Amino acid sequence: MLENVILIVFAMIGVSLLLNLWRLLIGPSVPDRILALDTMYINTIALIILYGMSMGTTLYFEAALLIAMLGFVSTVAVCKYLLRGDIIE
Amino acid sequence: MTEWIISILLLIGGTFVLVGSIGLVKMPDFFMRLHGPTKATTLGMASLLVAAMIFFSTTQEGFSVNEILITLFLLITAPVSGYMMIKSAIHHKLDSIERTKGKNNIEDDV
Repeated sequence: MLENVILIVFAMIGVSLLLNLWRLLIGPSVPDRILALDTMYINTIALIILYGMSMGTTLYFEAALLIAMLGFVSTVAVCKYLLRGDIIE
Repeated sequence: MTEWIISILLLIGGTFVLVGSIGLVKMPDFFMRLHGPTKATTLGMASLLVAAMIFFSTTQEGFSVNEILITLFLLITAPVSGYMMIKSAIHHKLDSIERTKGKNNIEDDV
């Protein structure tokens, strides 16, 4: 049963990644695109964790942690650039 | 029994992630669009990670702690990045529709 549930959740997260990509492409303003990119980072973490569960190994959690940290830092850096015109003053 | 718990948590998490992304696409202006990913997606991720934690704690030796780290990190950083995005949106004076609430509370550019 668990294998089928993991496949269903894979499909759900794939659909939500496509929706985020749609918002990233049409987004009328720059903060919209930043928000879509941040959401794509978080959904990618979900995909990696599901893949690790279906493979039965905990190796992929390190990659998920790295993606979480890089996504947060890049979101804050781009927002800071939009706010001040510079990242580190 | 644990398989049922893991399956229900996974389905709840996937549903919340999907609802967050649908909100990101369907909402009319940026101030409403920010609600979907920062709230629903974070809750869905927490649910997915709790499911993964139960799965690896039952199938493998010992208690796995990595998932708690990722969950805590996501729960701490989601409000911070949401705050930074709403600050840049206010700075750029984005358009909002008529029925967006709380526009009077926006102060001048901080």
